[in-house]
Amino acid sequence: MQHGKHQSATAVVAKVPGGKHPGVKQPRVKLSTRQKMERAYHQYGFPLGFLALPVVIYAIFVISPFVQSIYYSFTDWTGLSSDFKMVGFKNYDWLLHDDLFWTAVGHNVLLLLVVPLVTLGLGLFFAFMLNVGGRSKKNAAVSGVRGSSIYKVVYFFPQVLSIAIVALLFQFTYNPRNGALNAFLGGIGLDSLQQEWLADPKLALWCLMVVMVWCNVGFYVVLFSAGMSAIPKDFYEAALLDGANRITTFFRITLPLLWDTVQTGWIYMGILALDAFAVVQIMTVGPGGPADSTQVLGYMVYTKTFRDGQAGRATAIGVAMLIVTLIFAVIVGRLGRRERLEY
Amino acid sequence: MGSTPDFGRRDLIKRSAALGLVAVPSISTLTACASGGDDGNKVDKGKKSDKNPLAVNESAALDVVIFDGGFGQKYAKDAEAEYEKAYPKTAGKVKHSATQKIQTVLQPRFNGGTPPDLIDNSGAEQMDFGTLVAKNQLTDLTPLLDAPSVDDPSKKVRDTLRPGVVEMGQFDGKPVWILYYAYTVYGVWYSKTNLEKLDAEYPETWDDMLKVCEKAKKKGIAGWTYPGKFPYYMPFSLYPFIAKIGGPDTLIAIDNLEPNAWKHPAVKAAFEAYYELYKKGYILKGSPGLTHIESQTAWNQGKALFIPNGSWVENEAKKTTPKDFQMSVGAPSSLDSSDKMPFGTIWASGGEPFIVPKAAKNPEGGMELLRIMLGEKSTKNFVKQVSSLTSLNGGTDGLSLPPGLQSAQEALEKAGTNVVNPRLQDWYVALQKQQIGVGALGEMMAGRMTPAEAIKKIQKFADETAKDDAVKKYKHA
Repeated sequence: MQHGKHQSATAVVAKVPGGKHPGVKQPRVKLSTRQKMERAYHQYGFPLGFLALPVVIYAIFVISPFVQSIYYSFTDWTGLSSDFKMVGFKNYDWLLHDDLFWTAVGHNVLLLLVVPLVTLGLGLFFAFMLNVGGRSKKNAAVSGVRGSSIYKVVYFFPQVLSIAIVALLFQFTYNPRNGALNAFLGGIGLDSLQQEWLADPKLALWCLMVVMVWCNVGFYVVLFSAGMSAIPKDFYEAALLDGANRITTFFRITLPLLWDTVQTGWIYMGILALDAFAVVQIMTVGPGGPADSTQVLGYMVYTKTFRDGQAGRATAIGVAMLIVTLIFAVIVGRLGRRERLEY
Repeated sequence: MGSTPDFGRRDLIKRSAALGLVAVPSISTLTACASGGDDGNKVDKGKKSDKNPLAVNESAALDVVIFDGGFGQKYAKDAEAEYEKAYPKTAGKVKHSATQKIQTVLQPRFNGGTPPDLIDNSGAEQMDFGTLVAKNQLTDLTPLLDAPSVDDPSKKVRDTLRPGVVEMGQFDGKPVWILYYAYTVYGVWYSKTNLEKLDAEYPETWDDMLKVCEKAKKKGIAGWTYPGKFPYYMPFSLYPFIAKIGGPDTLIAIDNLEPNAWKHPAVKAAFEAYYELYKKGYILKGSPGLTHIESQTAWNQGKALFIPNGSWVENEAKKTTPKDFQMSVGAPSSLDSSDKMPFGTIWASGGEPFIVPKAAKNPEGGMELLRIMLGEKSTKNFVKQVSSLTSLNGGTDGLSLPPGLQSAQEALEKAGTNVVNPRLQDWYVALQKQQIGVGALGEMMAGRMTPAEAIKKIQKFADETAKDDAVKKYKHA
């Protein structure tokens, strides 16, 4: 699971001991070369010893594919034979003039705007209700709604299902003939609202977004719950004494103190939104349809490589994805910059 | 590192998260090393004899990969057993594997220079033939075609095949790169029983087609259904319909990507006829959202009368087909008396394309297995197991065929020489499936596009493909 991978990766980096203690002034003494080297070893060698293996693994399995992909994007490689030649910027030229590419970029950007916003918004709302939103009891100033511990487990359910299963289940749900959704609408007498869902180009992408939100919201409920439980209760008590209501406490206390977690979540959700390959490939008409209404960059890379035997172009799309991702990362980094509160 | 006083833990998390962000939507599927050599170590040739005309190494291993789709894989296993019987020293050395993911399983092996000896390159994930041929990745199967057949040593294999099969395997010039093992009949599939219930027969004219659909509609039954998730099933009955109206050259011009090929009046007439099915409400509600299995099931349940399909449907829909269904295939109905080709004109062509990679270790073995499969014994086994014809002309004598296959056989006899074979689906997959199928036909059948709009869009797609120099072009001989 993606979240797990990143957390462990960050843990490795974060645990590296610093060589010097900040603030401790180093005495200015002339050192012999040997002493210098010893000092250098203590300063850099020790942490490097720990880091070497992960860095090598990272270089082989993450960095080198990137370098290779960038290289292949300048070739006419088919993906089917090792016979290819350099073609310069031809693939990129094609890319810039390909309507489908821009359609896919548009869809990815829309996913990037909507999916994280809705997922994190719902995650925050649910987490707040579970932890702080309940009516105050006698002993505790703040508490969650009744049965909040059960809800937490229920919310987390989708997270343990593989995306392939979730996508298949929703595909059945959206089936226009005997799917649960249309059956439900028919059952409560709202026949006029019955749709062809995934077969309607106006709705298909939104149907996918619902699935992406559904299977990720639970994780953020748990993540934000953990973050909220770290916020001292005194803050809430003080706010309540001053007559703040739930909405005010949420925006004035919870959200500011949770900001870093939200920002990290935003980045993770961004990754997911830029991918979206699985839901497109499993669920949609075509796939990628109807009429290219659910084309995304990830799926385009796949079809160009495997269906059309144009791996050179596909890697160029991959590089374009990389650029979109970098832009996103920079924007999120800029937007998220705030004064940090220590508590 | 670590010496900046205010280099906090959170920054680290953020930076590494940003790094991970770069990594995750990565293009890791493309990391297969593309620099592997193409010169595999070939096994030594065996001794050529009457029994071994291809000089197969009698003790070498054989590596076979079968597409595990509508036809399953048992027929191939049975043929491999025959192979081991013919060459006893290979017993236990025939490596059989089956997958639906042909591309993802085999593409890395091609790149690494270690492909198997025989591949059934079929299904939704088949590797692009144009690229395989253009990049010289396949073995010319001419030695196999010129070898004597298993059953009759006086006949060459090529003379035992159904018409058109050898030509389909050629791309440019003489070499034959692909051998299509199954023989597929495409058309309008229906249940005789369900038509009888309506007191109707298969409509030979389009007016009758509309009348039957109207009759069905009054009883709450839809005329047509189709797999809206894969709208490139529509051409199975639509393309021969176009050929029937405008003559076989209409389709040839389309296949050759000629300018304005789609602007032919026959195309417009055929599209408008199909669009009328939608406009008159003869299409099963929800069809645009159904998979092939879901639409076939609805058709089996009698909710719709007709479905565009190919002869694999009988095997694929076996579990949901009622016993008295009497599955049949019909040729496209006549639009009017000015049609260029007679009623009975049908689309039939090879299916299940088998290839022997150039870098295969044991290419003779791969061809020999094909030769055995094209013998009568294996053919009968295939026909019985999966109810589909093979490319072997005949091979059905003495077998009692299931109804669908029987009707396909009869349809072929009725068609005689009026068999068309549109090639868009193997020459230009992206054009056929994503652009024409999902992009235009699906939209038209769902009523979101008029025939004129659909034709305009398709012509634009076809022109773009014709202009794209990354796509290898083919022409009908």
